[in-house]
Amino acid sequence: MDHRIRLKVNGTNHDLEVPARRMLVDCLRYDLGLTGTKEGCSVGVCGACTVLVDGQMVASCITLAVTADGADITTVEGLAQDGKLHPVQQAFIDHGGFQCGICTPGQVITAKALLDVNPDPTEEEIKDWMMGNLCRCTGYYGILESVKNAARTSQEAGR
Amino acid sequence: MIDFEFHSPTSLDEAFGLLDQYGDDAQVMSGGTALVLMMKQRLVQPGHVIGLRKIAGLSSIASDGNGAVRVGALCTQRQMETDPLVRQSLPLVADTYSKVATARIRSMSTVGGGLVHGDPNQDPPPTLIALGASVVLSSKGGERVVPVEDLFIDYFETDVQPSEILTSVLIPHAPAGSGAVYTKFLPRTADDYATVSVAAIVDADENNNCRDVRIVLGASGVTPIRAKEAEALLRQRPLTEENIRASAAAVKDAVDPLDDFRGSADYKRQMAEVFTRRAVTQALSLGR
Repeated sequence: MDHRIRLKVNGTNHDLEVPARRMLVDCLRYDLGLTGTKEGCSVGVCGACTVLVDGQMVASCITLAVTADGADITTVEGLAQDGKLHPVQQAFIDHGGFQCGICTPGQVITAKALLDVNPDPTEEEIKDWMMGNLCRCTGYYGILESVKNAARTSQEAGR
Repeated sequence: MIDFEFHSPTSLDEAFGLLDQYGDDAQVMSGGTALVLMMKQRLVQPGHVIGLRKIAGLSSIASDGNGAVRVGALCTQRQMETDPLVRQSLPLVADTYSKVATARIRSMSTVGGGLVHGDPNQDPPPTLIALGASVVLSSKGGERVVPVEDLFIDYFETDVQPSEILTSVLIPHAPAGSGAVYTKFLPRTADDYATVSVAAIVDADENNNCRDVRIVLGASGVTPIRAKEAEALLRQRPLTEENIRASAAAVKDAVDPLDDFRGSADYKRQMAEVFTRRAVTQALSLGR
């Protein structure tokens, strides 16, 4: 039996019919064509599929789409505003926050979620928060630099 | 992924009705971090999944007025880490939940779901048992209160009956002046389950004699294990280094670890002693 659900994704409402077994990551990628969100490990460990559901990070690969009914979802496609990249995205470009790129959407969403609750994190806080996002290129120093700089530029922009 | 029907009741009564109707073919889901994974791996294959998320009133955290904090089953583990009341009145609980997996998993997984999952390697049970916490199990017929210490029956098996839903957890404060720690041995990665974990609460008097003590181990057997012999070797005795060593040594007989990729049973048994000694020593230093 399919379920009628409504998802607000990056500000746009979508009415969908999905089977109960549909994972949120598949719903985003295949039903809505938002392929920015990647599926890595499929077991909630690697962080590539991280999206925000009502502001909270979730692993979309182990989230049933039906359980997100009525939720407000943010994916990597929703971060740039009016053609201007989000400070986290810009920082990843400026400071070499990615190599092959497969983990990047998850890293960027996770970093945004951190700065949403902790605009001025210490290096330890960044490492602790980001540890659930694996980079198979092991480019962690670049990611750490990027998040630090994103925090700095966000704070400067806020002043 | 297996195929199944999803139900989203908006009241507990409706959920109890669904449990009644589908019996063994139904699984209750809250955050889903454990259940969805087990379904993906076909370890469980329910025909009906009953999601609790749309039931109101199961995600609040409040003082119960009798020296305990009542936590709704649908509170996320992340809420336990950040909630001001938990941080202030149950710092050991906030610290323990902050050590669970990653911030993303803590944002999804719930307090009640974690307990019902019955995985002996989880972080919260040792701490909750050490504090004397209880769970409220609700069913159509009413509710019963079960100490967390009695909740776990066997490997991934709990006392929660098929007609019951865990609706809240009651967590008492640690005794005033006591010291409390949760130590987690993580030789692999920071987001792993513990190789061995120990929750210790030490209540000492001004002469460093032990008024009371709780020592509970995780990842050391098929359920969390309260080391009562080790506690008895300290209770009403001076908290000397020698007595703490003797107490920790007794833990080796209390645990029954499993061989796995986190270590051999023998290694975990040794580490159970080491981490108990460290936990008790640290708890003692944190008291008063």
